[in-house]
Amino acid sequence: MTAPMLASGPHTHTRFTVSRTMLTVSVALAPATLFGLYQFGWPAIFLFLVTVISAWVFEVACLWIAGKPIGPFARDGSAILTGWLVAMTLPPYAPWWVGMLGAGIAIIIAKHMFGGLGQNLFNPAMVARAMLLVALPVHMTTWVPPVGILDGPDIWQALAITFAGSQEYDVVSSASTLSHMKSQLGAGATMSEIMPGLADLEARMIGLVPGSLGETSTGLLLLGGLLLVGMRIITPVIPLAVLGTIAGLAALTSFVAPDRYAPPILHLTAGSTMLCAFFIATDYVTSPVTAAGKLIYGVAIGALVFVIRTWGAFPEGVAFAVLLMNACTPLIETYVRPRVFGRTRTGKPLPVKKSKSPRGEKK
Amino acid sequence: MTLPSIASLLRPSQYFTVRGGVHPETRKNLSSESAIEDMPIPSLLRIPLQQHIGAEAEPMVKRDDHVLKGQLIGKARGPVSANIHAPTSGRVIAVGHFAAPHPSALPVPTITIRPDGEDTWGPRLPRLRPENATPEEIAAQVAEAGIVGMGGATFPAAVKLNLRARYDLHTLVINGAECEPYLTCDDRLMRERAEDIYDGIGIMARALGVRQIVVAIESNKPQAIAAMQQFDRALGIPSRVQVVPTQYPMGSEKHLVKTITGRETPARALTADLGVVVHNAGTAHAVHLAVRYGEPLISRVVTVSGRGVKRPANVRVLIGTPVAEVLEHCGGLVEDPDRLLLGGPMMGQPIQNRRVPVVKGTSGILALTAAETPDRDTMPCIRCGRCAQGCPVGLTPFELNARIQSGDLEGAVKIGLLDCLTCGCCSFACPSNIPLVQTIHYAKGKLAEEEGRRHQQEEAKRLAAARKAREEAAAEAKRQMMAKRKAEMAAKKKREAEAAARAASAETPPDQAPTSQPQTAQAESTRDGGATQ
Ligand code: SF4
Ligand code: SF4
Repeated sequence: MTAPMLASGPHTHTRFTVSRTMLTVSVALAPATLFGLYQFGWPAIFLFLVTVISAWVFEVACLWIAGKPIGPFARDGSAILTGWLVAMTLPPYAPWWVGMLGAGIAIIIAKHMFGGLGQNLFNPAMVARAMLLVALPVHMTTWVPPVGILDGPDIWQALAITFAGSQEYDVVSSASTLSHMKSQLGAGATMSEIMPGLADLEARMIGLVPGSLGETSTGLLLLGGLLLVGMRIITPVIPLAVLGTIAGLAALTSFVAPDRYAPPILHLTAGSTMLCAFFIATDYVTSPVTAAGKLIYGVAIGALVFVIRTWGAFPEGVAFAVLLMNACTPLIETYVRPRVFGRTRTGKPLPVKKSKSPRGEKK
Repeated sequence: MTLPSIASLLRPSQYFTVRGGVHPETRKNLSSESAIEDMPIPSLLRIPLQQHIGAEAEPMVKRDDHVLKGQLIGKARGPVSANIHAPTSGRVIAVGHFAAPHPSALPVPTITIRPDGEDTWGPRLPRLRPENATPEEIAAQVAEAGIVGMGGATFPAAVKLNLRARYDLHTLVINGAECEPYLTCDDRLMRERAEDIYDGIGIMARALGVRQIVVAIESNKPQAIAAMQQFDRALGIPSRVQVVPTQYPMGSEKHLVKTITGRETPARALTADLGVVVHNAGTAHAVHLAVRYGEPLISRVVTVSGRGVKRPANVRVLIGTPVAEVLEHCGGLVEDPDRLLLGGPMMGQPIQNRRVPVVKGTSGILALTAAETPDRDTMPCIRCGRCAQGCPVGLTPFELNARIQSGDLEGAVKIGLLDCLTCGCCSFACPSNIPLVQTIHYAKGKLAEEEGRRHQQEEAKRLAAARKAREEAAAEAKRQMMAKRKAEMAAKKKREAEAAARAASAETPPDQAPTSQPQTAQAESTRDGGATQ
């Protein structure tokens, strides 16, 4: 059954549209991305382009195969944004096919197999990240120091790194903050011994640390996130819930056993915490719609991230945490609904209280 | 945005805004500075007999009758209906059907009058002195004048004035929110006729027997607020102006009451259950004219606006004036509008036929250009939740939409379809431009249809059952009568037999009666069987 388009209001409309929303998100992502590209140099730029372009090509191909109108969907920017987010989470010197594979997983498997825009149960970028992490653990955890575009490989060397998998350019591979911490803790070191070996807070805020292509600059990601909140693209519920829960749990554990658990500030400024809180967990399609649902969802993601990081096998748990909660979204959605005007939470009409006094009482 | 005045800052209820709601561009400045002007008498008036919620009025004139201004031409039928009066003097040229001012443009019973240009008043209603009139007299006068809610709901005002009989009322809220974009007719009326409006408010307050009056005006109308703040009582009843936030749908009755009193009207109840009655500012003005001067409701202020109109204005037009003539009065159209609407852009109705008339509930005529209206490309739902955030009722429109589209009307009802105000906030806010409220309209129509059909079936069943019961009762009565007769017969026979025995005669008893009995019994049982089948 399809409802015919009735000639009824409203005859005016908000200026927000899907492509506008996507554009705003891109603008918010841009500072952190540009900084990451600058820090990691030409290989990162090539990898980024390969990932984004292949995401778009996969999108068009899927639309074509599914027989959907290509024009409006190809222009809405959602595929580009998905590719962009996949690229943000890749190690900067990963070969081209890793980027393409990631984009393919995200667009084909996670998005179009579920029915395309708006239908996917799982966050495409996180599906790609989790699958790559499991399938290609070595490629996905090869980190390089951020030396800046001028001091890194030149264009030719970069082409060789990205497209030929060349090992010629001699890169000091280094560990990300979280993996370094995890391995050291695993080796029995205490936090106070590990801390001096980690980049300091300032470096983590600016993004002068090894890490994924677009996740290193906590400060710029926070800035972009605040822009999203300010532009009312997202509500602050999920970011606050995620960050608050991670910080809260970290504060608790590090207060109890400061030598074995990382302090909250480290959790907040390492790995994909910021990207996750503002750009990944807030994905419309895969998160609950109501504010209360968002709160539950955000708190659960924060808790899972913390648990996986602290006790799990992987140094970073964002992808798994988000995917797990994506699966719970329909459930949250069913049980957490807004209260309807004039009704109680259970859907019964509010009791009618008749005023008793003969001429009614003053309210 | 204008800053609320200091006084309103001190009032905590200022901060109780409607949950949800949206902030469409108001575009009121197109017409807010044009004073109300009277439109000359048009060449033709088409007055539909149903301009209100409830039963349509009964025509009181026939073709070729000469009518005078204010003469009753349509009489209210039933308790919820409204009188209709001739807006000017002239000749009735038709009592028939004409396209309704509605998107369907279905023909509705309409009286067409060709004005004679004299504008001669007939006898007016007797004037009332509200100071010493009883509430019933006031309500009767308002009913006589055919006044309906002027905000667009068109519910007969007198019915609402009679709520006193059943509820303990303490507050009259005057709705001057005018939350629909573009519309400025109430704004202008409050600025220019504050005193008259207060008089009308006082009259209504007396009829309702309330103790206080709150005039609610959105913060984007500082002049109207100032004008209305000149008075602090209406016919001796204390009154205050409350500035409410500029937000759509602030003018929704239950939401306005929530904003002002902080109390939520229970679902399926009336604001009267809280002791509050809401009337529109324009209605107050009409009541003032009806009670003080005996003038029935024959004209109203209409905002003519939109970028498609050459000279946006607020015009007092006679009821029945064709939309085309009103547009002409305002300089005509600049370009062919994308949409021509009656009412505001959020809930107004698009019309195709420009000859349809202005009716009592027409607050605006908008000619919107393509730049002002949304484009129609829709995208799939991205679950952004803007519709749910914008819904003032707390529904999840995207879910309603999904369920309706899949044909699951019952599921849609379960998640609140019937609580929807059809305010349109969800459609407004949807970045994918999904026609959410349109789908909801469709589903509500469908439900009403099914309801009607079910009602009909039930009615038929009830009638059949009643007939059966009646027939059974008749049969039963007959049976009893038969039994009685049989008993009597038997008694008679016995008596006769005894008499015969006593007389010791050899004559046989008459055989007429015994043979007739089984026949009737058989006929009866057939009838019984027929009824139970
Ligand atoms: S506003 Fe539109 S796109 Fe967003 S959740 Fe509602 S229906 Fe879906
Ligand atoms: S039209 Fe109905 S569902 Fe949509 S916002 Fe208004 S009340 Fe909510």
